Amino acid sequence: MLRIEGLQSGYGRIQALHGIDIAVTEGEIVALVGANGAGKTTLLMTICGNPRASAGKVWLAGEDITGLPTHHIMRRGLAHSPEGRRIFPRMSVLENLQMGAARGDPAHFAQDLERVLDLFPRLKERLAQRGGTLSGGEQQMLAIGRALMSRPKILLLDEPSLGLAPLVVRQIFEIVAEINREQGVTVFLVEQNAFHALKLAHRGYVMVNGKVTMSGSGAELLANEEIRAHYLGGGHG
Amino acid sequence: MEYFLQQLINGLTLGAIYGLVALGYTMVYGVLGMINFAHGTIYMVGAFISLITFLVATTVLGTSVPLALVLTLFAAMGLTALWGWTAERVAYRPLRSAPRLAPLISAIGVSIMLQNFVAQAQGARAKPLPPVIKGGVTLMDSGDFVVSLSWMQIIIMAMTLALMAVFTWVITRTALGRAQRACEQDMKMASLLGIDVDRVISTTFVIGAGLAGVAGMMVTLYYGVIDFYIGFLAGIKAFTAAVLGGIGSLPGAMLGGLLIGLIEAFWSAYFSIEYKDVATFSILVAVLVFRPTGLLGQPDVEKI
Repeated sequence: MLRIEGLQSGYGRIQALHGIDIAVTEGEIVALVGANGAGKTTLLMTICGNPRASAGKVWLAGEDITGLPTHHIMRRGLAHSPEGRRIFPRMSVLENLQMGAARGDPAHFAQDLERVLDLFPRLKERLAQRGGTLSGGEQQMLAIGRALMSRPKILLLDEPSLGLAPLVVRQIFEIVAEINREQGVTVFLVEQNAFHALKLAHRGYVMVNGKVTMSGSGAELLANEEIRAHYLGGGHG
Repeated sequence: MEYFLQQLINGLTLGAIYGLVALGYTMVYGVLGMINFAHGTIYMVGAFISLITFLVATTVLGTSVPLALVLTLFAAMGLTALWGWTAERVAYRPLRSAPRLAPLISAIGVSIMLQNFVAQAQGARAKPLPPVIKGGVTLMDSGDFVVSLSWMQIIIMAMTLALMAVFTWVITRTALGRAQRACEQDMKMASLLGIDVDRVISTTFVIGAGLAGVAGMMVTLYYGVIDFYIGFLAGIKAFTAAVLGGIGSLPGAMLGGLLIGLIEAFWSAYFSIEYKDVATFSILVAVLVFRPTGLLGQPDVEKI
């Protein structure tokens, strides 16, 4: 579904990714874990074409999308719920969802809206409210909901747990699992919260300083001593 | 009382024109964070296109006055819109990732170029247009003072109201308007949702320029005299209106336009007509010092 080979990119003269190889197969949840500043967000943004890759290739469903402009890439069945959620603060919840559907078929809108509101009933109560007034958890739900409005084949999720209460984090991860299981959406998840992410994921990658250092099934990585010491801190994230 | 009422009418007419021009400033600022200093010049170009189209239509083509006015409207709006698109393409887009000062200077360059082109091509002297739409209604007649509302004033206000209504509908209710607001709030996110940000920016310039073109047409018909320099002062006044209303805020631009028109009319009527521009620009300074967000503008707070 998504294949990344030898990908390099960065901002200006600072190179953030030093040759990344990752593959995400259809129907999988794949987690990428790593410390703050490892280049995880840069990787997701480079897949979306902003910044552009300086070397390497990205294939989406067999098509080479490297170097395409962002808005073209995003019309090929890819959706991104980015770091910091990036809800449009002065637009209503409904308008935020409409923006998510902007690249979809207008005929599907009502159906997709119902599906998303079923997943996140909280949003249903807040449809007319401005995005900027939502709580962090609600904003995260809206960010995922907005991404789903385009009927993506693959969903990129950047730090959905950031700054949220543990209970809300669990809720959101359950919904991600449900989206994957019941709607068949492939998920590529980036997380600092390695414990939750690897528990949820079928497979995982570990990223350090712009390089992938380890990969394996979620359970394997969770059991790995080194990962336990570095990313799990013995606790439950 | 009669005098006051007459000034109110004059002020609202003037304010309607400023409001239309102010919308273009505030839209471009909202999306790009850039003050398009060539915007006032577009209003001047709209005035010249109107004058030329109207004269050609009535004399060379021999059309009736109403038809000539319709033709003029389309020409003024269409050609200024085309100019707005071109200027963005040629002078601003290549500087998108340059420091913020660069497009500003480029805009000033576009403005000077356009002014000089018109001064050369059309001559620097003021161009008169005999009154096209004469007459009006007398609202009040107290013997020594007559309050009148001319047809032209009615047309200007009605036209402005209609344009602003359509514009508001487009911005708040349509997919195009939503994309425009999305780009204004978070351009990167808009592109992640498949929005072609460059196209939205082009549209912003096109709409803004078209509105300024209509304002230029109305001012030509209203005052009957134009020259290549009218865009400068009107442009800065409309910019003041946008700042007063809150730069980036669309209702603010309309409100600011009306207020500047009223202030100018009342100042001229009750104090001194020579100092009316001093009054207007004192407001610009006062707003920037005491309330930089303007009347309806929102301070830029981002929730993390």
